[in-house]
Amino acid sequence: MASNPPSDNVASDSYRPQGHFDAAPDAPIQQPKLGFVGYLRFFWRQLTSMRTALFLLLLLAIAAIPGSLVPQVSSDPNGVVQYKANYPEAAAILDTLQVFNTFSSVWFSAIYLLLFVSLIGCVIPRTKHHFDALRARPPKTPARLARLEGFTTREVTADAATAVLEARTLLRRAGYRTEVYGDSVSAERGYLRETGNLVFHTALIGVLVSVGIGGGFAYTGQRVVVEGYAMTNTLASYDSFNPGRFFTDSALQPFSIALDSFTPTYEVENLDALGQPTDFVADVTSTVRGGESQKEQIKVNEPLSIGGTSVFLLGNGYAPLLTIRDPEGTVVFSQPTACLPQDNNLTSNCIIKLPDGLAEQVGMLGFFYPSAVELADGTLASNFPDTINPVISFFMYTGDLGLDNGAGSNAYALTLDNLTQIAGNDSDVPAIKLSPGDVADLPNGLGTIEFTAVPRFVSLDVHHDPTQLWVLVFAVLVVAGLVTSLFIPRRRVWIKVAESRDGVLTLEYAALARGDDPGLDAAVAEIADRHIDQLKA
Amino acid sequence: MIETLVSYSNLAVYSAMAVYALAFIMFTLDLSRRAVVAEPAKVAVRASVNGYTTVLEQDAPAEVAPKTPPFLRIAMALTVVAWVLHVAAAVLRGAAAGRVPWANMFEFTLTATAIIIGVFLVVQFWQDIRFIGAFVSGFVLIALGVATVSFYVDVVPLPPSLQSAWLVIHVFVASLGTGFFALGGALSIVQLLQARREANPGSGLKFLGTLPTAEKLETMAYRMVVIGFVFWTFTLIAGAIWAERAWGRYWGFDTKEVWTFIIWTIFAGYIHARATRGWRGSRSAWLAIIGFSAVVFNFTIVNLFFKGLHAYSGL
Repeated sequence: MASNPPSDNVASDSYRPQGHFDAAPDAPIQQPKLGFVGYLRFFWRQLTSMRTALFLLLLLAIAAIPGSLVPQVSSDPNGVVQYKANYPEAAAILDTLQVFNTFSSVWFSAIYLLLFVSLIGCVIPRTKHHFDALRARPPKTPARLARLEGFTTREVTADAATAVLEARTLLRRAGYRTEVYGDSVSAERGYLRETGNLVFHTALIGVLVSVGIGGGFAYTGQRVVVEGYAMTNTLASYDSFNPGRFFTDSALQPFSIALDSFTPTYEVENLDALGQPTDFVADVTSTVRGGESQKEQIKVNEPLSIGGTSVFLLGNGYAPLLTIRDPEGTVVFSQPTACLPQDNNLTSNCIIKLPDGLAEQVGMLGFFYPSAVELADGTLASNFPDTINPVISFFMYTGDLGLDNGAGSNAYALTLDNLTQIAGNDSDVPAIKLSPGDVADLPNGLGTIEFTAVPRFVSLDVHHDPTQLWVLVFAVLVVAGLVTSLFIPRRRVWIKVAESRDGVLTLEYAALARGDDPGLDAAVAEIADRHIDQLKA
Repeated sequence: MIETLVSYSNLAVYSAMAVYALAFIMFTLDLSRRAVVAEPAKVAVRASVNGYTTVLEQDAPAEVAPKTPPFLRIAMALTVVAWVLHVAAAVLRGAAAGRVPWANMFEFTLTATAIIIGVFLVVQFWQDIRFIGAFVSGFVLIALGVATVSFYVDVVPLPPSLQSAWLVIHVFVASLGTGFFALGGALSIVQLLQARREANPGSGLKFLGTLPTAEKLETMAYRMVVIGFVFWTFTLIAGAIWAERAWGRYWGFDTKEVWTFIIWTIFAGYIHARATRGWRGSRSAWLAIIGFSAVVFNFTIVNLFFKGLHAYSGL
């Protein structure tokens, strides 16, 4: 890019932060005595300089890297637990440095907050300056146009006043703001470039602020729902719940969602993808309090919108319906048990804990196979995710389930420390194996277990984020501002009657680019040609 | 039916690779020709030493003529042929799968490299960047080689999470951005070589003498990166919108999201660097190169070895 000659009308230039290559060079270093205010001003100028902004940007990129190398509490909590178990010493150090929470850590926050303060400190004076420039007249025509870019001359037989007037009309029609100075026209266009730039940067601040506010008022909750059952949007109803800082119970819209049925579709024709899911459909009945019930569908990529809240289908599996009776035939347990899928063919782990009801505390570790096949060594496996031949087998334990100490326990895990196996691979009694409709005796005369049916479950994610739309609006503004600021050329054009001899005019044309402007020379030549054409016409 | 289409597609990929290889050789020969042209005084000596007799015969007299040198013409023609085969491979793959051909790493590589070459060819209409042909065809050849050997997967139906119009938009724009970043990175490398040569006249690679000045190269690289940056910004936002539909949150610091953000920041840094005194020129060029390296890293290492939700490599 050619260096820009000094302009004699500073007001219509874009404001340039300190250190911008286009700005006035830094004054030679003098060391005046700085008071407190002086130091504040000094630091503020440093913070809002181009070099600092660039440094902070690059620092932000580097600071984000650890967050991708180490599992994060926010996106992969299980990974964090595992990491801490595998590398306890490294984990302790990383924990101190908040690396497991990189993106909310003090150091990461410090970088992006400084960056945004720097950004605000840059955007505000620029906006003011641009506002002034929008109302300023195009600058006076420079004395020597030949020193500028795209300089070209034309000769034509015409009257000087007409030539100037025509030039002005031509430039106006091309979207330039014009000003006649004597025998010349000064024109400028592309104010939108700076406008776009300011919109882009301001919208970035908008995104950050909306995300910050939204995070405070948002909540997400997860809930497993079995076919034929329903969930309500209340705190107690959730299996897990993550409220924002400013969340209150009143943010929970009163609604309920009943899962009527869940229908997965699995690939059966393409042998390369046998059993791969191709569709998941949850048919639900939703009811907002005081409203009519509605039949609706939730699919992956098609969440349900209800009461300003979105409900997503994030997972599914089987919840075998089991009934356990004591020796007298009294039912002590009868409900579907959501089993955690372990592989693509939905071999699932089921945990049942019976602290009361039977003669002893009983823990059951189940393995559910939707399409059971027996392997050569006699063990079972599932070879398709749908229920072609559902079988559930149980290892049974008695002893202390560890539920009495008051500490919370994971419903999907069985702590075997104080339990003795009474049926399964380590005991004399083989594992209990059941198909739907089967009833089997429990060992030690504890009672019976019946396997009735295999309903499916879905795990629903309920999200509420009141500022989500704002984030989107600002994001769209970011793109619009970016495109405008990068691709609209900001240029000044001058047309000048240089000489008038015997009715023959020598016209000069030249331009000046503000920023990257690949088509400048061509644009000047085109303006010159059109101007001459009009004068000849 | 699917098998037939897939086999045609694979055949087209291998053919394209063979033709790209030939184009690469021609582009390289052209660079060596430039080395000779750049220093006419030593032509005879160098030709006899290096055995570039063909080059000498063809070009020594034609040096003043602006006619396209034959190696370059052949190289461009071969690139066009290879590209047609390449696009055919992608289209056939899509037809076989009954969807867009960018749903796993193999397909993404296939399509993104086709876009790189497509952009390279289209840009020729308003800017002569044939001198990075060796880099571009070589890079695409290697990428296709890795894709066919290590990333290849059979055609399988889309999992429910990918069944969305955003797959078409988000991934396609991402590959467009990748294409422009690749060219920007290539031009920046040449810019660095050129700047070093300009700083020490007489040193450096000879063929650089026939290429534009470092400043001109920087302007070209900048334009590529800026277009890539707009696409990348759009990719980020489209990805966030899709993530909100599919996963229930628009941003969750998934590893892929983090790296997409890092890349965005690096290129934002590049654009700022070009406006910062003391950072124009070689320093900002390094940022463009680091940025493109991060794109490649994001696509290969992050996809294959980092745990995250973008687990669609199919491997």
